[in-house]
Amino acid sequence: MTKEVLLKVEGLVKHFPIVKGSLVRRQVGAVKAVDGLTFNVYRGETLGLVGESGCGKSTTGRAILQLHRPTAGVVEFEGKDLVRMKGEELRHMRRRMQMIFQDPYASLNPRMTVGEIIGEPLIVHGIMTKKEAENRVEELLALVGLNPAYANRYPHEFSGGQRQRVGVARALALQPALIVCDEPISALDVSIQAQVVNLLEDLQGQFGLTYLFIAHDLSMVRHISNRIAVMYLGVMVELADRDELYTNALHPYTQALLSAVPIPDPVAEEKRRRQILQGEIPSPINPPSGCRFRTRCPLAADICAQERPAWREVGTEHFVACHMVKA
Amino acid sequence: MADLLNVQGLETQFRTREGIVHAVNGVSFSLKEGETLGIVGESGCGKSVTVMSMLRLIPMPPGKVTAGTAMYQGKDLLKMSNEEMRQVRGAQIAMIFQDPMTSFNPVLTIGRQVAEPLETHMGMSRKQAYARVAEMLSLVGIPNAKERLNDYPHQFSGGMRQRVMIAMALTCNPQILIADEPTTALDVTIQAQIVDLVKRLRDELGMAIIWITHDLGIVAGLAERVNVMYAGYVIETAQVKPLYANPQHPYTIGLLGSLPRVDQRERRRLISIEGLPPVLYQKPTLCPFAPRCVYKVERCMQENPPLMQVGPDHFAACWVDTATGRMRA
Ligand SMILES: Nc1ncnc2c1ncn2[C@@H]1O[C@H](COP(=O)(O)OP(=O)(O)O)[C@@H](O)[C@H]1O
Ligand SMILES: Nc1ncnc2c1ncn2[C@@H]1O[C@H](COP(=O)(O)OP(=O)(O)O)[C@@H](O)[C@H]1O
Ligand code: SF4
Ligand SMILES: [Mg+2]
Ligand SMILES: [Mg+2]
Repeated sequence: MTKEVLLKVEGLVKHFPIVKGSLVRRQVGAVKAVDGLTFNVYRGETLGLVGESGCGKSTTGRAILQLHRPTAGVVEFEGKDLVRMKGEELRHMRRRMQMIFQDPYASLNPRMTVGEIIGEPLIVHGIMTKKEAENRVEELLALVGLNPAYANRYPHEFSGGQRQRVGVARALALQPALIVCDEPISALDVSIQAQVVNLLEDLQGQFGLTYLFIAHDLSMVRHISNRIAVMYLGVMVELADRDELYTNALHPYTQALLSAVPIPDPVAEEKRRRQILQGEIPSPINPPSGCRFRTRCPLAADICAQERPAWREVGTEHFVACHMVKA
Repeated sequence: MADLLNVQGLETQFRTREGIVHAVNGVSFSLKEGETLGIVGESGCGKSVTVMSMLRLIPMPPGKVTAGTAMYQGKDLLKMSNEEMRQVRGAQIAMIFQDPMTSFNPVLTIGRQVAEPLETHMGMSRKQAYARVAEMLSLVGIPNAKERLNDYPHQFSGGMRQRVMIAMALTCNPQILIADEPTTALDVTIQAQIVDLVKRLRDELGMAIIWITHDLGIVAGLAERVNVMYAGYVIETAQVKPLYANPQHPYTIGLLGSLPRVDQRERRRLISIEGLPPVLYQKPTLCPFAPRCVYKVERCMQENPPLMQVGPDHFAACWVDTATGRMRA
């Protein structure tokens, strides 16, 4: 199978300015939420994006969709750079990219029926009339495993898992190519998580969707992804095929992260050697010089404080940013 | 070994606008000295209400413990005077929660708050108490513990606050530590630090632990025995290894099947349990899991199964032997 690049991200940066003063507002610093990411997403794949809270996963997803305009970098989608796009052209491209959010409660307007919520993008983009949209909404509800007769109900009448299905139906309405799934199952109970993950997998098979799947649960990410990228404090530290990453993690942060994930098997847990990371994640306002992981890294040497490690390919499609990893 | 704590037939209800919620419906279990018991189940299944009832921390009204006993050192916690109960809670049974901020007073320094129980329950002087607090804080891995005694709760990160709460819980050398989802809000590397810390303290101090969580992974590495709860019932209980190797209740089987494993190569479809857990407004006359169960038979719709022995020290509340399809009783 030849891989087609659907999304090409190069040197993506998103800084949030910190402004002080009420009369004369001046910038006193910046939250370096995302600080130079380079990677591709292939058509039809699921790229998992993992890392601990605050490392910049959501910002990355939003910067790709231009919901946050990037500070610098290139985001090429189907061959066109979104960062330089404006107005009608951008609006048109946005139809091809949708987002599913973590919180199925906060992301649905409580005063709209789920039918209106799902149909809204169709009407806003002038694709269908209200009447036509009603039929499409029923199709979409059935597609995500909800009773089409529920179109007139309000979000609060649904459980968390059902609300997440509504979010999925809305994302599918415009037949997008790419869906950014921002922790879509984190707020759900385990038995419900499996329902939503199975649905996402089925839809991908049916429509050839491409997912950027953001999560902090590495077990679920391994399950759903073809490739996985690991972020730490605004940068990517490693990117590889799912099995390659889990069997041959090269970056010390990836290794620690994997060893911290509990396994639901007491025998496996007994045999495991856990690598406990010391310390806590530093602030993205004033990140460590050189390698951002160096303050917690068991391998850190002098060079790690002096130079930012390059993002390089060390095996086929296996990227890593660490001075201590041999070429 | 003797039971340190023995809970029998615990029942707790809440009066709500929709009706009376049967939150805990006859829960029984025991805890031995130094043992770690895991209580697992999805949100709303009655994990917190079980231990809060036992410690008499249920808001009444709307809550009410309607039946049961909780024997601790020959006395029923549910019948103790308020004064006796306060003594037990402060010094012998300690509790830590998911959100440490709710257990701290934001306007008192950490030193002041952690020292308080030492002064009131152990009769230490202020100076002795502060020295012991500094010791405890370094024991739980707070860097420069002495200098941080005068800091306020908000000056600590989430992971560090959780450590301080553990220190506070352990200052009086409790016999039982009850941990209610203390790592749920934390990132996985910080969670690993906290679990590692608790294991180390358990080995050093020898307290028994009740660890409540929805995460079957954490329990696998921490507990010796596990209670699986569903709709206010313990539906399966066993030693940790047989429970994971050979789960007997369809709910436990489903839960374990719905979890992907980080060490698993092959991609199998996850088992999903269709439907939702019930909120019980009356005592069920059927198995509470029956509406979601793929193994159910007619009897399941007519009679709620009691816990039945299904193996050595292994009990499950299910009419059907899922391995053979035969009836258990
Ligand atoms: N709108 C914003 N303004 C300022 N800072 C922000 C904003 N959004 C996110 N941040 C900061 O950027 C960093 C990355 O956040 P986020 O992308 O949400 O991380 P994640 O999704 O990995 O938890 C955090 O430090 C966060 O506080
Ligand atoms: N203060 C309360 N008022 C009404 N219902 C409550 C109250 N506290 C708990 N409940 C109900 O009791 C049941 C069990 O809750 P809980 O023990 O907190 O579940 P969990 O297993 O998530 O800890 C739930 O159905 C919950 O709605
Ligand atoms: S008793 Fe019946 S319905 Fe309940 S879990 Fe067992 S088989 Fe399923
Ligand atoms: Mg996020
Ligand atoms: Mg709870």
